[in-house]
Amino acid sequence: MFHALLHPLDKKVLRELWRVRGQALAIAAVIGAGVAVLVMMYGMLASLEATRDAYYERYRFADIWVPVKRAPESLKADLARINGVASVDTRVFVDVTLDVPGLEEPATGRMISLPQTGRPAVNDVVLRTGRWPEPDHPREVLVDESFMDAHGFLPGAEIAAVINGRKRTLTIVGVVLSPEFVYAIAPGALMPDASRFGIVWMHRKALAAAYDLDGAFNEALIRLSRDANVQDVIDEVDALTDRYGSGGAYDRSDQVSDAFLSSEMDQLRNFGAVLPPIFLVVAAFLLNVVIGRMVDTEREQIGLLKAFGYSDWAVGVHYLKFVGVLTGIGIAGGILGGTWMGRGLAGMYTEYFKFPFLFYKADPIVFAVGVGVSVLAAVAGTLAAVRRAALLPPAVAMRPAPPTRYGRSLIERILPRRLTDQPTRMILRHIGRWPARSAMTVAGIAVAVGLLIGSSFALDSMDFLIDANFYQAERQTMTLIFAEPRHYDAVRGVENLPGVIAAEPFRMVGVRMVHGAREKRVSITGLVANPEISRVLDADQRPLVLPRAGVMLSDYLAKILGVSEGDMLTVEVLEGRRPTVLLPVARIVESYIGLNSYMYLPALNTLMGEGHVVSGAYILNDTARQAELYRELKDTPAIVGVSLQRKAVQTFRETVDENFSTTVIFNTIFAGLIAIGVVYNAARISLAERARELASLRVLGFSRGEVAYILLGELALLTVLALLPGCLFGYGLAHLIGRLGLETELFRLPVIIAPSTYGLAMVTVLVASLISSLIVGRRVANLDLISVLKTRD
Amino acid sequence: MGTPAQAVSQDARITFKTRGLTKVYETGDVKVHALRGVDLELYEGEFAVLLGPSGSGKSTLLNILGGLDTPTEGQVWFRDQQLTTATQRELTLYRRDNVGFVFQFYNLVPSLTARENVELVTEIARAPMDAREALEMVGLKDRIDHFPAQLSGGEQQRVAIARAIAKRPDVLLCDEPTGALDSQTGVIVLEAIERVNAELGTTTAVITHNAAIAGMAHRVIRFADGAIASVNVNAERQPARDISW
Repeated sequence: MFHALLHPLDKKVLRELWRVRGQALAIAAVIGAGVAVLVMMYGMLASLEATRDAYYERYRFADIWVPVKRAPESLKADLARINGVASVDTRVFVDVTLDVPGLEEPATGRMISLPQTGRPAVNDVVLRTGRWPEPDHPREVLVDESFMDAHGFLPGAEIAAVINGRKRTLTIVGVVLSPEFVYAIAPGALMPDASRFGIVWMHRKALAAAYDLDGAFNEALIRLSRDANVQDVIDEVDALTDRYGSGGAYDRSDQVSDAFLSSEMDQLRNFGAVLPPIFLVVAAFLLNVVIGRMVDTEREQIGLLKAFGYSDWAVGVHYLKFVGVLTGIGIAGGILGGTWMGRGLAGMYTEYFKFPFLFYKADPIVFAVGVGVSVLAAVAGTLAAVRRAALLPPAVAMRPAPPTRYGRSLIERILPRRLTDQPTRMILRHIGRWPARSAMTVAGIAVAVGLLIGSSFALDSMDFLIDANFYQAERQTMTLIFAEPRHYDAVRGVENLPGVIAAEPFRMVGVRMVHGAREKRVSITGLVANPEISRVLDADQRPLVLPRAGVMLSDYLAKILGVSEGDMLTVEVLEGRRPTVLLPVARIVESYIGLNSYMYLPALNTLMGEGHVVSGAYILNDTARQAELYRELKDTPAIVGVSLQRKAVQTFRETVDENFSTTVIFNTIFAGLIAIGVVYNAARISLAERARELASLRVLGFSRGEVAYILLGELALLTVLALLPGCLFGYGLAHLIGRLGLETELFRLPVIIAPSTYGLAMVTVLVASLISSLIVGRRVANLDLISVLKTRD
Repeated sequence: MGTPAQAVSQDARITFKTRGLTKVYETGDVKVHALRGVDLELYEGEFAVLLGPSGSGKSTLLNILGGLDTPTEGQVWFRDQQLTTATQRELTLYRRDNVGFVFQFYNLVPSLTARENVELVTEIARAPMDAREALEMVGLKDRIDHFPAQLSGGEQQRVAIARAIAKRPDVLLCDEPTGALDSQTGVIVLEAIERVNAELGTTTAVITHNAAIAGMAHRVIRFADGAIASVNVNAERQPARDISW
């Protein structure tokens, strides 16, 4: 009874698997890599989506933000009456300079008011430790967890903030997280820097009093009802707030934290769609070769089975089971590996995206998709061979396959005869005999090369971006932002600050740009005619002179608006007397970070009608007197924002290197798996097919090395042939990845591939091929001459 | 037809000498005694036919003589060289320089033409004949640029013989050279072997279970159960063309 549990044919499946275990493992590993990437990325995506949605819902994340200069509290009721608005809250919202104990440089603080009683109706916060501030203790505040952790603060710690010109000491009583700052990034920063950007919540009364906003607000937050039309609501809100100095209402797509989060999720979605199919296509090809070979060598057995009365179906199913077990192993490994990597990825995410909880928890649907596409790839790869086995008539099957026909290869017709010896001819003709298989092997190896390039080029691009953006274009060491636009003379004051070598003014104006049906909220930066510190460069990295009329746009912004040079653009200013003007697009420039537009400073001021004013200054400072400058800045109420470019770039670079190197290591392993899988399989199949031929040569007196040359020389040739297409594929893949994943409003990674990246990819694949060759080479050395020659073809 | 008297006389130079040659194959728990102490000499220029049923040990002996296999016990000398103490590398060189093999299943390289299959050997041999010459010798000069798949079984076997003799080997070892061929084709192949032996003076050993072939040998060595059962000297050799089965 027991031995009947496994049908003899099923035992054959298991034994065959064991016999070709090396190849089976290589293929399962490639399938596993595809499944792992899919499970990791889509699982992460699903986890992020679920976490975000739950977080946003529970803490009442706003749908619309309404910044105004100063609006009376009575406006709140008017906003609430708008069709589609579910709830409204108002608050006071200001940026200040923070003086943090233990931190030399000034930090930027974002002060947000809390309702005097109760919790915020919109954009609530999560209290992690500590307590809520007492309403009658105006100096008690809540601070975001990242900032607290970065400084090792505990509730009870004190920080100083320059609030409307007066330095005040605040006591931190509670540590919070906010759905509004999942990705907390200071204005103009590249990535979160928790130690220099703190979010501070304090009771409204004190904050409002400091900014003359008693009974008024400078930001309203709206949550929409389910069926609301966002744009309609925004239009109605803008109409209501127009006379209160509205900065223009915006939705989540313009909210920095949510935009970053969405962009990250888009990347996951895109990478998850591109990478796994590459692995699965390679796996399908490998299965095709292995099963095809197996069916060919088992012709007689197939004939025998059919002669015994097994149906075509039963024979087909037999081979499908083999594929099924192998694919199953790959899928299981991929799910386990993907889950493990997903957890690691979640850990990496929690460093940048602050959720009250973030668990990597792959949806069963993700597993199902992984299983589904792997099975699909496996079936697609093996269908032809299995069908061949199923349909082989028994009488034909019992006869040995006809001898293989060879011909002279194309290369030989070109190459003089004396340049090729017989072993080399054998290599060329074997390749020529199975051009499709040889081409697939080349393609498989090329995919490995390309995958390596496509997954590691980002480091080169980042190097280029950092150099272009921060060492060529925006060369300031710091950017200082004034509390209010000030007269140009204020720049003289900045120049007199300790250690400041040079200062250059700029004007920043929030606008809405409209071109036909397209529009975008951005800031126009007004610059001097020939900027020396913060420059605008052309494609060849040469500095540009600001055009006297019109506006310069970054290429991505021009793309969003659908404008080209010379087009007219409607610019609605969202500040001051809020003029709407028609400006020509004077020039479109390349840029990698954010959406930028530039104007000649005096022209911008003329447009604003505010006289000769500036928003702040870019400075170059002497690092030897840095501490002195920091101290001074902390006590200068007129300067509310200090952005330390140079320092940020260094941090940025370290973080990028750290994160990318993890990714690069994984991708190298994956690409290596593909290379080993392809080369090892090609070598094993070739060895199986040619064992007899190679043994004959050994009998004729060829040494092991000479025989190995015939087998491995072919692989070496195919590998070398794959290098150039591999590099081209890598180039294409890099551009695809750049387009899909790394081109957003926030960030565009130029596709730059350093020669060393090509080199490293090729060397990695050559090493993988070499390892596979050595493994198979050992088998060549141990060929059993006698038994091979005794058997018939 | 040759000089049988000279070939078997004690004065002739000895090509192979074996003493107490024993070979035991162990497959799992089963021990198979393929050779049980064989003492044998083969002389220079001799045409020997090793006759016997399958499993009698004749193929094992041939493999050991050809440097493809090593005995469990006993010694083998090729001229003055003791093969039993040779390294793998020395055996490879021995095969390359001294031995020509012909097998039942031809073992041609399918991706090379007849000429190229022969050149495979002449390229690595010390003093080979021209590939065309070798193919002419086996009567295949018209088919030198054909691939194995384009040749009949007999033609393929003759290419294998040409490949074996092109290096002017000292010995030609043939394992069932006509085993896969019909009588008519087999005779053509035997004629080629006969001609090589006569014209080049190559010491030739042919293994067969086909007693009809025995007539063309100088000496017929019969094997049974891993040992030599009898040795007969043919007083009169039968030309290959007169043989049929």
